[in-house]
Amino acid sequence: MSRRIIVPFGPQHPVLPEPIHLDLVLQDERVVEAIPSIGYVHRGLETLVAKREFPEYVYIAERTCGICSFIHGMTYCQAVEQVMNLEVPDRALFLRTIWSEYSRMHSHLLWLGLFADALGFENLFMASWKLREFVLDVLEETTGGRVIQGSCKVGGVRRDIPGETLDRMVSDLSCFERDLKELAHVFLRDESIIARTRGVGVLSRDDAYYMGAMGPTARGSGVAIDLRETGYAAYGKMNFRPVVEMDGDCYSRCAVRMKEVIASVDLIRQAAGKIPEGEIEVKPKGNPDGECFSRAEQPRGELVHYIKGDGSRHLVRSRIRTPTLTNLPPLVKMLGGCELADVPVIVLSIDPCIGCMER
Amino acid sequence: MSTLSKSPWILHYDASSCNGCDIEVLACLSPLYDVERFGIINTGNPKHADVLVITGGVNEQNREVIKNLYHQMPDPKVVVAVGICASSGGVFRECYNIVGGIDCLIPVDVYVPGCAARPESIIDGIVKALSILEEKKEKMALPVRVASGGEQ
Repeated sequence: MSRRIIVPFGPQHPVLPEPIHLDLVLQDERVVEAIPSIGYVHRGLETLVAKREFPEYVYIAERTCGICSFIHGMTYCQAVEQVMNLEVPDRALFLRTIWSEYSRMHSHLLWLGLFADALGFENLFMASWKLREFVLDVLEETTGGRVIQGSCKVGGVRRDIPGETLDRMVSDLSCFERDLKELAHVFLRDESIIARTRGVGVLSRDDAYYMGAMGPTARGSGVAIDLRETGYAAYGKMNFRPVVEMDGDCYSRCAVRMKEVIASVDLIRQAAGKIPEGEIEVKPKGNPDGECFSRAEQPRGELVHYIKGDGSRHLVRSRIRTPTLTNLPPLVKMLGGCELADVPVIVLSIDPCIGCMER
Repeated sequence: MSTLSKSPWILHYDASSCNGCDIEVLACLSPLYDVERFGIINTGNPKHADVLVITGGVNEQNREVIKNLYHQMPDPKVVVAVGICASSGGVFRECYNIVGGIDCLIPVDVYVPGCAARPESIIDGIVKALSILEEKKEKMALPVRVASGGEQ
């Protein structure tokens, strides 16, 4: 038995696009314990509610995270709408659903690329990011922004997608889906990926549940939690089942995300088929007075926005709970007992979004 | 153009960005924008890097990290602040934990505007930084008087 040593991992590390620091307690090549420390990206944006009026705060909420920006804006709007009893038009709800799913595809493809890169499979990184550009082009065409869209507002959405554009989006999806399936074939069948990910960083179903894992991290361990089943936006009108894998290892979490991209294509098709004509927004009257929790499924799991208003133009409090924070305890659990060389793969497998987590 | 700006290596650090600019910096490496055609390589090691690309503003926790990275990089070096947060603090300027843009800590050579900055403008900013890198290198190459040893 050799003595224990501590190896620092991060905050600036080649595999991490964002800063997080882990102290890895090692015995030989095995990780005995991982101690995370955070705070490198903390800005304190929740306090900006005191300085921005509630309709403007949507833009701040969107900038919580540049990857799931649309879903942040939407969840905040949902909370305000609920407090103000606004009846959002159906067309706006469907448009929100469509943009949410495009955001999810872009986030998952981004992650798949980074994951491939962490495995040393650079070609696959390029292939994933090439497909992601298709999604970003659609987002840019319909909202005006590639990663920060700014298309959600309190009471609806800022702009409509014309019928012919929607038809073209749907017809373009079939070509995209074919490419996705080729990509999925590599991610799910490639020998080297299987060798690096099967049985690595296992999280049992009970641990996932009791430690509060969310999103693909939970679903990869067989816990079927998906907030989209609660039917926010237009998800209640969709035919939808969460993607669940049972093994709880890095391969399962990768498979969940890969299959969810394909499921998103289907959801967009359904939404485009069912979208009704009509208004895209209602004008909010008065100011929010009261409090509300609003939940939505981010690409990484459950996102909660809490707001409290006192009848003035400024909210009293905004509180955001993001999935990466709840996925950290499961991550620490997964890292216990793994080999040092597997640490980058395991850390990436929860899809950490530090920008969200620290706000 | 010297060998330096034919293959500049980049160190990317996310100061306190929302991720928006970070993924656009990474998108520059993807097949559509492909900055490797300019010889640009993303490295994780500050001692290998010529260009420091920073997204997001300075906060209390990361100011030492940024200083460390900057001082570890060999001369000549240039700093590119990507996005409005890195340039001035942006929408987060009034947040309690934000000190300001990167230039309140280390000298910045090129500011790239945008929220999030588009890949085209990031590439433009880095290419602009390369000519500054050349200038800095020339200044370094000027003959300097060396003390002739011994106590003076």
